[in-house]
Amino acid sequence: MFAYIIKRLLWLIPVVIGVSLILFGIMQLVPGNPAAIMLGTNVTPEAIAALNEKFGFNEPFHIRYFLMLKNFLTGELDSIYYGDQVINIIGRRLTATIELGLLSLIIAVLVAIPTGVIAAVKKNSLFDLMSMFIATIGISVPAFFTGIIFIYIFSVYFPILPSSGYGGRIWTLSGLRHLILPAFALSTVMIASTSRITRSSMLDTMKEDYLVTARSKGVAEKIIILKHAFRNALIPIITNIGNQLAMMFGGAILIESVFAWPGVGRLAVKAVESRDQPLVFGSILILSILFVLVNLLVDVIYVFINPRISYK
Amino acid sequence: MKKKFILFILLLIQLYINYKNWFIESKIWSSLEYKFATVFSIILIFVLLLLLVKKSIFIKLRENALYAKMFKEFNKGYGGKIAVIILALIFYAAFMAPFIAPYSPTEIDYSNMTYSAPSLEHWFGTDDFGRDMFSRVLYGARIALGVGFAAVLVNASLGVSLGLLAGYYGGKVDMIIMRLVEIWNSIPFILLALAIISALGTGIFNIIIAVGVTGLINFSRLTRSVVFQIKEKEYVSAAKALGASDLRILYNHILPNSISSLIVLSTLRIGISILVVAGLSFLGLGIQPPTAAWGTMLNRGQEYLIQAPWMSVFPGLAIIITVLSFNLLGDALRDALDPRQLD
Repeated sequence: MFAYIIKRLLWLIPVVIGVSLILFGIMQLVPGNPAAIMLGTNVTPEAIAALNEKFGFNEPFHIRYFLMLKNFLTGELDSIYYGDQVINIIGRRLTATIELGLLSLIIAVLVAIPTGVIAAVKKNSLFDLMSMFIATIGISVPAFFTGIIFIYIFSVYFPILPSSGYGGRIWTLSGLRHLILPAFALSTVMIASTSRITRSSMLDTMKEDYLVTARSKGVAEKIIILKHAFRNALIPIITNIGNQLAMMFGGAILIESVFAWPGVGRLAVKAVESRDQPLVFGSILILSILFVLVNLLVDVIYVFINPRISYK
Repeated sequence: MKKKFILFILLLIQLYINYKNWFIESKIWSSLEYKFATVFSIILIFVLLLLLVKKSIFIKLRENALYAKMFKEFNKGYGGKIAVIILALIFYAAFMAPFIAPYSPTEIDYSNMTYSAPSLEHWFGTDDFGRDMFSRVLYGARIALGVGFAAVLVNASLGVSLGLLAGYYGGKVDMIIMRLVEIWNSIPFILLALAIISALGTGIFNIIIAVGVTGLINFSRLTRSVVFQIKEKEYVSAAKALGASDLRILYNHILPNSISSLIVLSTLRIGISILVVAGLSFLGLGIQPPTAAWGTMLNRGQEYLIQAPWMSVFPGLAIIITVLSFNLLGDALRDALDPRQLD
């Protein structure tokens, strides 16, 4: 199993190189001279030439790519709009994004899995029908619309929670109060899809023969459901959580914009708006690496939960 | 008899709408959107007439064993049926928007340039420029469906070609293509779309490209797995023995066998594409105002959330209902077409 994890870690290297190459390649599609774009209007040709020299815009593709990567990692790559080092700007905002993502992931798991399990155990009950009806609608609601509705209900109609902004770190009361609405809004899509999968996966495993055996042995129903059925149902659930992560990362960008959350996602959007190519490159690269790391984590959890498959 | 009566009423309504637009307001052929609406309504009237007068044509379709089985499976649940009806309405709205919308979606009402609550005159209220929200939501359907379909078409043709190549040739080609697709997929798709838009700029065509090239992995993985299943079948070997070229085998034997799974996946992808386009437009990086797109309207609506919640609620509901219908249809089609091939 450790060999598998190490293999996955090594796979990270080509992925990061590939992702940065793709992003760099896309940036080359920008029409016009990058130095002229960076400096804006009213510049002398000398200034453009100096910038060309500094960033190596006249070099061939692969050299420019390595220069960009090197500059990004050593912090020499400056944002056009903020006039600061790209890596610093991103670093300052990374914690806010991670807080938001982690809390919504925890909320999603804590809400979706019990809901799905109860819905499966009490199949066709009112709880089952209601929760699955809501979940079916839930997967079709755009995350930003959920956010807008939450703001309307909890900040405008019943003004109990702040509608936007960052209140401080997660362990402070103000920080948590600011975090609740965006985190819940971000988790809705995952709650909806995970609870549906949990239910169907539980229903599948509850048909298995070994549950009948366990029942006939006189094992308590609670243990049958939690230990025998749920543990085996977990594999498709984890797979689905992994698949949903891409949607969640996308949702995070939107949610950060709705709630004016100072995270990397909103930074990326701002960078695209202000045509700040170095910042677009940096913020999307960092978010993609984060995404790859979380996916890796899901895969590792998968190995721990599913001992039947050996990974070589 | 009851069915015929409903059809007759529908035909009358359609004829009335066309009479009003064609002869009274003379909106027939003067712009592209009128052309679409005119052609669509002629086809619709023709189909309705056929259904009323000569139903036997459609019965032949139903007698086809394959269709009959599909119909039976499809009709089992309510979800698929409801989705078909709602989607038919949305398609109708999309094509007929210039004929049925009570106001222009982009014309600013200078005499009343402020938001007003829903009323009999403006069913969904008006936005901050005095534009009728109902007309804007109707026109939004055409953007959502048009961009959604186009993006999925791009997505499917790229993904399927890659999957066919990877699956058919196997070995090193397969490994290289699938690894590349995996790397491409490790950028979350909205971010990839953002990066492409930041390079190409906004605008409908660029949005279609940006959304169309993301998430290729679904189509290519699906096609690849179907190809792997079919490649070993006798009829493929037979075709090979007869000297059929690779391209011929791919298009005559392998593609038709994967079409049902592709339809299901495409239906589900349209829903996702609509969500992504709405999201991008909401960020202000998708379809630009004054074009009436649902995401753009929500972007504007958020500023007036407290004073004019209807500016957000109706476009939001339109997105939810459309995406929900595509999801329900996809689920129903999956049950009807291929219970096992998709997970």
